Amino acid sequence: MIDLQRDCKRKRQGTLSVVGLTIVAVIVGALALFAGAVAAQDTAAPSAQVVAPVAAPVLKIDTGDTAWVLMSTALVLAMTMPGLALFYGGLVRSKNILGTIMQSIVVLCLVSLIWILVGYSLAFGPDKGGLIGGLEWVGLSGVGSEPHPIYGPTIPHQVFMLFQLMFAAITPALITGAVAERMRFSALLLFAALWSLLIYVPVAHWIWGGGWLGKMGALDFAGGAVVHISSGVSALVCAIVLGKRRGHGSDYMAPHNLPFTLLGTGLLWFGWFGFNAGSALGANGLAASAFLATHAAAAAGALVWMGVEWAHRGKPTVLGVASGAVAGLATVTPASGFIGPFSAIVIGVFAGFLCYFAVVWKGRMGYDDSLDVVGIHGVGGVFGILATGLFASKAINAAGADGLFFGNAGQFGIQTIMVCAVALFSVVGTWIILKVVHAAVGLRVSPEDESTGLDLSQHNERAYS
Amino acid sequence: MKMIEAIVKPFKLDEVKDALLEMGVQGMTVTEVKGFGRQKGHKETYRGQEYTIEFVPKVKIEVAVTDAQAPRVIETITRAAKTGSIGDGKIFVRDLAAAVRIRTGETGETAL
Repeated sequence: MIDLQRDCKRKRQGTLSVVGLTIVAVIVGALALFAGAVAAQDTAAPSAQVVAPVAAPVLKIDTGDTAWVLMSTALVLAMTMPGLALFYGGLVRSKNILGTIMQSIVVLCLVSLIWILVGYSLAFGPDKGGLIGGLEWVGLSGVGSEPHPIYGPTIPHQVFMLFQLMFAAITPALITGAVAERMRFSALLLFAALWSLLIYVPVAHWIWGGGWLGKMGALDFAGGAVVHISSGVSALVCAIVLGKRRGHGSDYMAPHNLPFTLLGTGLLWFGWFGFNAGSALGANGLAASAFLATHAAAAAGALVWMGVEWAHRGKPTVLGVASGAVAGLATVTPASGFIGPFSAIVIGVFAGFLCYFAVVWKGRMGYDDSLDVVGIHGVGGVFGILATGLFASKAINAAGADGLFFGNAGQFGIQTIMVCAVALFSVVGTWIILKVVHAAVGLRVSPEDESTGLDLSQHNERAYS
Repeated sequence: MKMIEAIVKPFKLDEVKDALLEMGVQGMTVTEVKGFGRQKGHKETYRGQEYTIEFVPKVKIEVAVTDAQAPRVIETITRAAKTGSIGDGKIFVRDLAAAVRIRTGETGETAL
């Protein structure tokens, strides 16, 4: 880790141009793929249009469903920007708030384009061996206003694509909390682009895009594994590979603006209704049930974290309530469309308890997961996926499955396989991506830049003047 | 003449000021300061992570008084600034060699 810092100076020069070129190369590459796909389609017979096979009963767009999922898409956007941006921005020191906000916002923009150009096709396009989607939908070829029979039969296919885009965008943005206050901006951009294509896209395909985990019957309603385990586990690898912030453990690194963090928490909670209830892909009873489960778990998580901290440290803290709410939200995510309100409260209670101790024990583990992505999203995601295997009930969602507590022990086994597969893939993949990014541009800012702060050193701006 | 320097809890400033004015002190100088004594700072906790804030905000009150006034001033500050809990502060007393009122050029006790 020390050699990372030493390397920094050496790699300062020319870094920006390298990353800029790489990003341009990724986008150009995607465009080339797009052109190739279009050409392939042109040469194929018109009947070979695999895309959106219009089944015999004509799929009809429902205006209510479409309105709700469009709205949910916008709600999930607000989770990243400004929700997560402010949540994280308030937690860092005042010299790093712009750099931190910038990471969320630019990751959102970057992943949005990657998703439209190629990511959506690879994640949700026609399945190739259960591992990845095909290139048939590159550049949204064939992804139009007609509904897709599986991806929301009553909403335009493009709405489903956009809804999924917001998930793809927030996931790498979540990881930025683990590398806060020390990662080079150019390295972060390169990392986010690679991570999105090489980790998020396959995992989303495995579970939601017709891949092997989905076929096995793995249940992840709104992204406990796809979003929270993948980002939480990758965050752990990032924190270890990057090393601690300078002065970690000795300097005063308390959050500089908790009201910002609270504002971010509120936007996350608000947006999470789109995230979870929107995953019903319709304005219906399932959406209402997921909405209820989401809210109940968030409230329970917040109160339990507050109570545990009160008992353990003597004072209930505002940051504790905010953290507990997010822990409850992240944890209930995979289960939200399969459980009733009382199961949701139980899940929220465990989320508050487990995530609190995960965050406290972090201090003894020696890594610097600066804003607790591992303790909240990683631990919450893992517990949430396992809890889905316990609490899921066909009485709530007939399209789901019963969990262990409803007589189906096998579901718990499937959920365990999903946790292991996603975690292992994320660890190995993230480690390799970090090594590549380090070799290309260097992961960390120089010690001097770190002490100056990201705002001035990376962006030539200060938040408070 | 004595220079009395009292380091007190910030929220006690008004009480100390009112008590001193009531007993006839004419003026005072107040500074916001930071420091620690046996209280050794306080703790802040963020998600279980504890930070010790060593330098606690305090207020320093400086009052220049005659030798005759000094014991009562000290007694008054002690009474007004006391909460009984740790961190109430300290009073330091120094001999004051000279005093000058700039407007009139008066010196000594008449300048106070």
